[in-house]
Amino acid sequence: MSILVDPDTKVLIQGITGGFGGRHAQLSLDYGTQVVAGVTPGKGGQKFSDTVPVFDTVDQAVQETGATVSAIFVPPPFAGDAILEAVDAGVDLVVCITEGIPVADMMRVRAAMQGAPTRLIGPNCPGVVTPGTGPDSHGGCRIGIAPGYIHKKGSVGVVSRSGTLTYEAVWQTTQLGLGQSTCVGIGGDPINGTSHLDILKLFNEDPETESIIMIGEIGGSAEEEAAAWAKDHCKKPMAAFIAGATAPPGRRMGHAGAIISGGKGTAEAKKEALAEAGIAVAESPSDMGATLAKLLGK
Amino acid sequence: MNIHEYQAKELFDKFGVPSPEGIVAHTAAEAKAAAEKLAGTGDLVVKAQVHAGGRGKGTFKNGFKGGVHLVKTADEAAEIAGKMIGQTLVTHQTGEDGKLVNQVMIARGVDIAKEYYLAILMDRATERPVIVASTEGGVNIEDVAENTPEKILNLGVHPLAGLQPFQIRKLCAALGFAGDQAKAFAKLLKALFKLFLDCDCSMVEINPLVVTPDGDVLALDAKFDFDANALYRHPDIEALRDPSEEDPREVEASKYDLNYIGLDGNIACLVNGAGLAMATMDIIKFSGGEPANFLDVGGGATKEQVTNAFKIILGDPKVKGILVNIFGGIMDCDIIAHGIVEACKEVDLKLPLVVRLEGNNVAAGKKTLAESGVNLIAADDLSDAAKKAVAAIA
Repeated sequence: MSILVDPDTKVLIQGITGGFGGRHAQLSLDYGTQVVAGVTPGKGGQKFSDTVPVFDTVDQAVQETGATVSAIFVPPPFAGDAILEAVDAGVDLVVCITEGIPVADMMRVRAAMQGAPTRLIGPNCPGVVTPGTGPDSHGGCRIGIAPGYIHKKGSVGVVSRSGTLTYEAVWQTTQLGLGQSTCVGIGGDPINGTSHLDILKLFNEDPETESIIMIGEIGGSAEEEAAAWAKDHCKKPMAAFIAGATAPPGRRMGHAGAIISGGKGTAEAKKEALAEAGIAVAESPSDMGATLAKLLGK
Repeated sequence: MNIHEYQAKELFDKFGVPSPEGIVAHTAAEAKAAAEKLAGTGDLVVKAQVHAGGRGKGTFKNGFKGGVHLVKTADEAAEIAGKMIGQTLVTHQTGEDGKLVNQVMIARGVDIAKEYYLAILMDRATERPVIVASTEGGVNIEDVAENTPEKILNLGVHPLAGLQPFQIRKLCAALGFAGDQAKAFAKLLKALFKLFLDCDCSMVEINPLVVTPDGDVLALDAKFDFDANALYRHPDIEALRDPSEEDPREVEASKYDLNYIGLDGNIACLVNGAGLAMATMDIIKFSGGEPANFLDVGGGATKEQVTNAFKIILGDPKVKGILVNIFGGIMDCDIIAHGIVEACKEVDLKLPLVVRLEGNNVAAGKKTLAESGVNLIAADDLSDAAKKAVAAIA
């Protein structure tokens, strides 16, 4: 097993005819992911890559193809609407890759999603990958923008706010031979759909996930909340890294959520909370994989 | 993004948030005219306009003390304004370099009966705007939160229901407003909340909010922060940006969609991705060095972006070496390698350059670097790169 998605998951892509969405839809197809539909209003009836049908609405795409997951690549002004359209169509999971959505839009989207069964991951995230068993992990489910080949089917669950830093951890665990069950990028925005804690709970219950790497960064208190829960409930060995120990207060470090304000959200405080919960904290980002391997006695 | 006090006042006027009358002046003559226009009963205040707190207790580099002065006459206003405009003000928030004062605001002096604190901010934990109010105004609110947390009221507003009348009543009760004052406060709060939402603010802070002996409720000073992601739909607010208040390197970087923040160290870094860029700064420090900057070139950096990134990095005289860390997931490492080579040639790089490339098509990228003739130090992984960068400038 894995969490959220597996190689049989049927995926639709909102914004498949855009440059960015199209490029990554193709890479997902190449990886062996079941990309069954695309959605672009006004372009229904076309085919993407000669094989994938494009629909005008998410509802039509779901009805016709049975897709259960939507990946969103539409520009920021339209992304909130796109998320709610996917929720309305009743998909299980929406992965919003779009970067730069206004916080007020996300606040309203999240409030409007209350009570709906759909889970949102992101926005401003690299997506979700469950590696496959083929060469370079092909045959898996790749949703989003992560490079497929750095993965390897295995037992480590990876959860992170950041894209390239996730790749770093994935690559380290691949090189150590551990591989990954599922890798989830929850995104770098202050308001997002799924937290570190939500993903930890899923990994904790997933039989295929034997250990966990959690990557956090300065700002907010999501890592502390995850640590507090993990202390009493997490059954699996956990390693972590917090980026931004050298970041000055009051400055937004790229991600809208990565900011130390009012003395809160510092890397130091987060590392302490993690260590106190019995999580092995890597001091250096180059040691994320090694810290976990040591914990596992490998 | 921050704005000046006089710009905040313009927003207040537009939305109907009461604040003392004030006029911006760019010269001593303008200050005199503004003071004459405002002349009536009572004093006027001349306030230096910079994006930093602690103005009143600040000192100008020309020796003139105080960025906020009470004056009685228009001539006096002109004289004080003349001593501020074109001068550099140093406060506890500006750092020792201080901030150049390009304009002052001439405002009507206000008699204060009592000071309060009022702010609205976007709270990430509860995913809604939160109103923060206190009877302890005019002081540092973080100290109040630390010492007397019971004197701070936090009130979340539901994103879809909006600000409710009962919430205003609750605030009035907590702040001790009744009768006409409660009405005046309710009017101000409703206007402020509308401003907060309509302008996509991430924070608006009024400190102090004052009640005058006549019973008026006024916003005496304001601090704004706007959601950078939402500026595309507010060209009028974007236009309030004052590049002279920002690090010129950051202004330059933003022209090329580069995310740059200057720091105090001497090892510059150029990285793709915000998380990895932060982690690269961290590992430089962990390896015994000091990062000179945060620089995220983004997921799909072009040759032009890489070249401009190098130019910005090299514009910092403190920089003694450069560390390039690219995890070319989707990006083709060979394309990045060509970008680095061309950038080095174009800027005629003399400083030590450590390059760590990983990811898609990395073999071709490394070959391009090796055959380029550019003098660089290749690194195998993140840790190796940081160690080599620290060693290279030792």
